[in-house]
Amino acid sequence: MASKLIDKYMREDHLPHIWCPGCGHGILMRNVAKAIDNLGINQEKVCLVSGIGCAARAAGYMDFQTMHTTHGRAIAFATGVKMARPDLEVIVIAGDGDIAAIGGNHLIHAARRNINITVIVFNNDIYGMTGGQYSPTTPTGDYGTTAPYGNLDRPFDIGLLAAAAGASYSAKGTCYHVPQTIKLIEDGIKHKGFALIDCLGVCPTYYGRKNKKGGAVEMLTRQKENMITAEQAYKLPIHERESKVILGKIAENDFPEFTEEYQKIIDRLVKQNG
Amino acid sequence: MKNNKKLVINTAWCKGCGICSAFCPKQVLEVKAKVKIVNLDACIYCGQCEMRCPDYAIYLEDTNNDA
Ligand SMILES: Cc1ncc(C[n+]2csc(CCOP(=O)(O)OP(=O)(O)O)c2C)c(N)n1
Ligand code: SF4
Repeated sequence: MASKLIDKYMREDHLPHIWCPGCGHGILMRNVAKAIDNLGINQEKVCLVSGIGCAARAAGYMDFQTMHTTHGRAIAFATGVKMARPDLEVIVIAGDGDIAAIGGNHLIHAARRNINITVIVFNNDIYGMTGGQYSPTTPTGDYGTTAPYGNLDRPFDIGLLAAAAGASYSAKGTCYHVPQTIKLIEDGIKHKGFALIDCLGVCPTYYGRKNKKGGAVEMLTRQKENMITAEQAYKLPIHERESKVILGKIAENDFPEFTEEYQKIIDRLVKQNG
Repeated sequence: MKNNKKLVINTAWCKGCGICSAFCPKQVLEVKAKVKIVNLDACIYCGQCEMRCPDYAIYLEDTNNDA
């Protein structure tokens, strides 16, 4: 028993999913389904690739061509799929640890290469699956099982990182702002080139509990109350920006796309060599 | 205006997180162990509950075809 959207895009025999009560991953996974539905893309032509983590389990629940691969390497697998089958819509779903810690190097180089894949980050500021270790997006001073006295490191802004590395589309969404985040995902999928949508997650079980942020409702309310647009946010000095929840586009450019440039070389050589 | 939507709950999937009732603008829902409709008359069928339910346990169904 489910809505038409869930019926169409989820493997219902695998639901209810294993995510904790109030976990934002469920909200974000529905957003991805809704964005694809709004765009009217043929379901058979979507290849969803994930690595490892709570977020990465989305590839098991969503009813597309799916690959659940290894920790940090989703973009590498996705690149292979896209090179072999440029006609497919290749989408990566990843946690902040998966994409920015172990997978950080794949991320920046795929962005630089501007290959036409869309990466949707379920960014809950912590390693959920393994029990609440701090991640590259955990704010300075926040707690994790590996930061019992507070995190010393400064967080990555994954959206800004991707844009700086050359991604031709980069945006930031949230769990609270559902219609806006769906639209940002749609635009990312439509965009030709490397697109990343960095969505602020909600992990009440580890991030919430470790940092006394309340439950899912309190965490979502904070997203609602602290939201500012990307346009406003990136005019602020970094120390003022860090406490904000940012929503909107960071970059949208028309750069040469990798699979097209690659095909041009093939065409040229075929022509030259008869 | 004739309403052609129905509010449906799949209790088996509800994990009781409370998000739907917290963001319902009309206090239609109550979550103790699981979600329950307590004031259907107040429902404006806006879909705020459906779009933030992480478990897909509450949704609006179109009843257009049997109208
Ligand atoms: C090579 C390798 N190293 C470490 C792990 C352990 N591991 C599994 S998931 C994970 C991180 C999960 O965090 P994140 O990617 O942020 O996703 P979340 O669970 O929060 O959704 C780690 C370190 C692994 N599976 N493989
Ligand atoms: S541990 Fe955190 S990220 Fe993982 S399912 Fe639970 S709430 Fe979600």
